Amino acid sequence: MPRLHFTSQLQRFTTTPVVDTAALSLRQALEDAFAINPRLRGYVLDDQGHLRANVVVYINQQRLSDRAHLADALPPDSTVYVLQALSGG
Amino acid sequence: MSDQSAQRAWVATRKGLFELRRSAALWQVHRVSFLGEPVTMLLPPSPDQPQRMLAALNLGHFGVKLHASDDAGQSWHEVAAPTYPTQPEGAAGPAWKLVLVWSLESAGGVVWAGTNPGGLFKSSDFGASWQLVESLWHRPERLEWFGGGYDAPGIHSICAHPQRPDELLLGISCGGAWRSDDGGANWRLSAQGMRADFMPPEMADNQNIQDPHLIVRCAAQPDVLWCQHHGGIWRSVDDAASWHEVKAPLSSFGFAVAVHPQDGKTAWFVPAVKDETRVPVDGALVVNRTRDGGQSFETLRTGLPQASCYDLVYRHGLCVANDGQTLLMGSTTGHLWASADAGEQWQPVALNLPPIYALRMG
Repeated sequence: MPRLHFTSQLQRFTTTPVVDTAALSLRQALEDAFAINPRLRGYVLDDQGHLRANVVVYINQQRLSDRAHLADALPPDSTVYVLQALSGG
Repeated sequence: MSDQSAQRAWVATRKGLFELRRSAALWQVHRVSFLGEPVTMLLPPSPDQPQRMLAALNLGHFGVKLHASDDAGQSWHEVAAPTYPTQPEGAAGPAWKLVLVWSLESAGGVVWAGTNPGGLFKSSDFGASWQLVESLWHRPERLEWFGGGYDAPGIHSICAHPQRPDELLLGISCGGAWRSDDGGANWRLSAQGMRADFMPPEMADNQNIQDPHLIVRCAAQPDVLWCQHHGGIWRSVDDAASWHEVKAPLSSFGFAVAVHPQDGKTAWFVPAVKDETRVPVDGALVVNRTRDGGQSFETLRTGLPQASCYDLVYRHGLCVANDGQTLLMGSTTGHLWASADAGEQWQPVALNLPPIYALRMG
């Protein structure tokens, strides 16, 4: 089962659960996390539901490729990290 | 000293919000909130809402956030940030994504937020929820606006009429000045007389592409407005129906302007070398003050650095209290000065603050 981790930097602003999910795509996994903490959505996604410009996601050590639709597939037992990109300062 | 607005002030900086308190003649830092986070604008307490405030944060990684206080800045809680609606596929113009809350004002029980990329938002519940003012957002002229200092255009000035809260005047870089007389239902350009020498000559008078760096309204004489524009200084005495240019000494270029709350002929400016350099003229920081509607100016220097000074006072970095005597001025270098005598003399308040984005009294 994929497991989703959020950067500890987010804990300054809101709670960041570690989420075990049956989701098959990154978008669905994020939705599972947002269902636990709705405020998390605005920290990770922008107005249009795209990944924020200075947030980055790694899936099994591969950087995600689809920042708009977040349609990257999640292999079983994958590990996902939602991190702050250094581009954000 | 009876004026409460002259006893407390707020400094929004690159690294947090600083509350200043005045004791006798001295301003001192009383409290720091959001340490480490960029605070781009705040709505200070007002006589109508003496405990309530809003602060706009611009987190480098996680976007624009809005926080509210119900105890005059002692504690804060997050509230909804303005959010743009879903962008139709193929819609022209900048992305419908909130980049910056650049202005916050309250009038008649409504809070207005001016943003980059050019949307005006309205809240009737003090920030618990926000609605995009679509009547302005969908004006076809918006697509002719362009960024001034940012990639996309933004609303930095919201001037409500003190007696008619449904009457608003907006300053937009770069989109001119826009006016509504019906609480934002309808809008019209209101920048006649401004001139943009950064445009092709045939377009210099186009009201919709002007770059007013800041517009302020005289509270007691609301027909009087001042504008520090990219191309100089303009003044209106007919509620923004027309604007006429005023020439200041040293340089008419700058970002900030403050108007005396009771006397529309008195205003303060901080000149800088036009326009790419943006440092004080000859390395000496000064304030230009007029007391006759711009017919003449005094250049005030006492207490300000007069050599090797490269401070820039950005558009929201100068403010005046209701007494018309108490001024604060902060720079992008993090230097903060105060005057108790309408700018005649200045004293340093703090000289090692983070870059200062905005100052508000109250």
